[in-house]
Amino acid sequence: MNRVYWMESKMELRKMARMKQYSLSTVLFPLMFYCFFGLAMASSTPGAASMSKYLLATFGAFGVMGATLYAFGAGVAVERGLGWLEVKRASPMPPAAYFVAKGVVSLTFGALVVTLLFALGAIFGGVRMPAGQWLLLWAALVAGAIPFGAIGLAIGSFAGPNSAPGIVNMIYLPMGFLGGLWMPAEYLPKALQHVAPWLPSYHFGQIGLAILKVPIQGSVLGHVEALVGFGLVFAGVAWIGQSRDHEKMYG
Amino acid sequence: MPVAELRGVTKRYGQVEALRGVDLSLARGELVALLGPNGAGKTTAVRILLGLAAPTSGEATIFGHHPASHQAKLRRGALLQVAKVPETLKVREHIELFSSYYEKPLPMAETVAAAGLGGIENRLFGALSGGQKQRVLFALAICGNPDLLFLDEPTVGLDVESRRTLWAHIRGFVKRGGSVLLTTHYLEEADALAHRVAVIDRGRIAAEGTPAQIKAQTGTSGLEEAFLAIMRENGNAPEEVLQ
Repeated sequence: MNRVYWMESKMELRKMARMKQYSLSTVLFPLMFYCFFGLAMASSTPGAASMSKYLLATFGAFGVMGATLYAFGAGVAVERGLGWLEVKRASPMPPAAYFVAKGVVSLTFGALVVTLLFALGAIFGGVRMPAGQWLLLWAALVAGAIPFGAIGLAIGSFAGPNSAPGIVNMIYLPMGFLGGLWMPAEYLPKALQHVAPWLPSYHFGQIGLAILKVPIQGSVLGHVEALVGFGLVFAGVAWIGQSRDHEKMYG
Repeated sequence: MPVAELRGVTKRYGQVEALRGVDLSLARGELVALLGPNGAGKTTAVRILLGLAAPTSGEATIFGHHPASHQAKLRRGALLQVAKVPETLKVREHIELFSSYYEKPLPMAETVAAAGLGGIENRLFGALSGGQKQRVLFALAICGNPDLLFLDEPTVGLDVESRRTLWAHIRGFVKRGGSVLLTTHYLEEADALAHRVAVIDRGRIAAEGTPAQIKAQTGTSGLEEAFLAIMRENGNAPEEVLQ
């Protein structure tokens, strides 16, 4: 039984790593943005190292969100819509293995993005902090894949195979911007600032910033609760979508 | 005990009655072809036997088990119509993964040989030709060493040569004692492979028997003419049938 979960995850990782539109864009986009905003632009402002440090937490969150939303949202929608999930369901694969494997991919690519961002920040951004803080931030960012996995799965359970990648883009990019992951939410126009607390990305970013001892709005516990809440609600939505699929007619 | 059985199965999707009291049974070592025009209920019957849809009434069993049960899944394999298979896994990796789902899978070399995939094991799925892709799906269906195989339109879109190659591999599976339920549009395919044919039309079994019996019943020389005769008897317009 465990062997199936291991095999499913291993093959899913190979499959996604070879799919360049996933593996390259997931890893390179957050790194590129961080180079622009966190390194190049920050270097010309006073307090450059603190800017590089701040954006490490928020672009880390942005990177984990991307790795997860695309693996679940686009991945499940395509395989579900084009019949592959059906083939798996007819086989003796334990149904959970399929979703566990997507989770492993999200966590692996999320961890890869965060690790590379940390290396950039430490080497080129002059970011310094105690080892414990590095580790805690790394763990918190990677663990963020869990609630976003639920959000991705909800999208993947309802979206059509052709529209899913577009839908994920429409959610991912605005959620990063409005949630204060590209620049601090306080810099956004007042009207947009009210939107932030309704976005899981905002709460995710605030948790990372709290670990960096940046003053944040609200309490860490409140942000964790908000993310758990988002995760549970979307897991419920995903569950409805998955059970609805069972009774659908094909052909 | 039949290998697979539908007993008085009906299936309703909203207002549409996809199956209206279907009885069908498959014996050990038998290849049964399910024929019928588009929308006749072939795929619905297969989906119910695979546990992918529940009958509205009636009963479906696989080796006496519920079609969605793990025991049923371990003893059957399925080649379904699928629009897109993950393209960035190698042939060998696809087979290795599906083999891991079963308790006593065939050795890799045997699966590769039984599906005619020798020499292309290390190619990515996306780099294969249409015939090779169908043979990989066939390999995934047989790699668990199942006693029963479902083949839903296995040769659709293939050229004559690829079709014949796949037929040879299907015959090989039956020769080793396997049972097969085949749905197909190609009457020639049913004629060439099936021990028994069941013609399904608008959710009902319209005729059943060996290809020879069906031809005799309708007084026709080929299965294609027989099929058309059955359809006309059922009041289908010819152009609808020939789609």
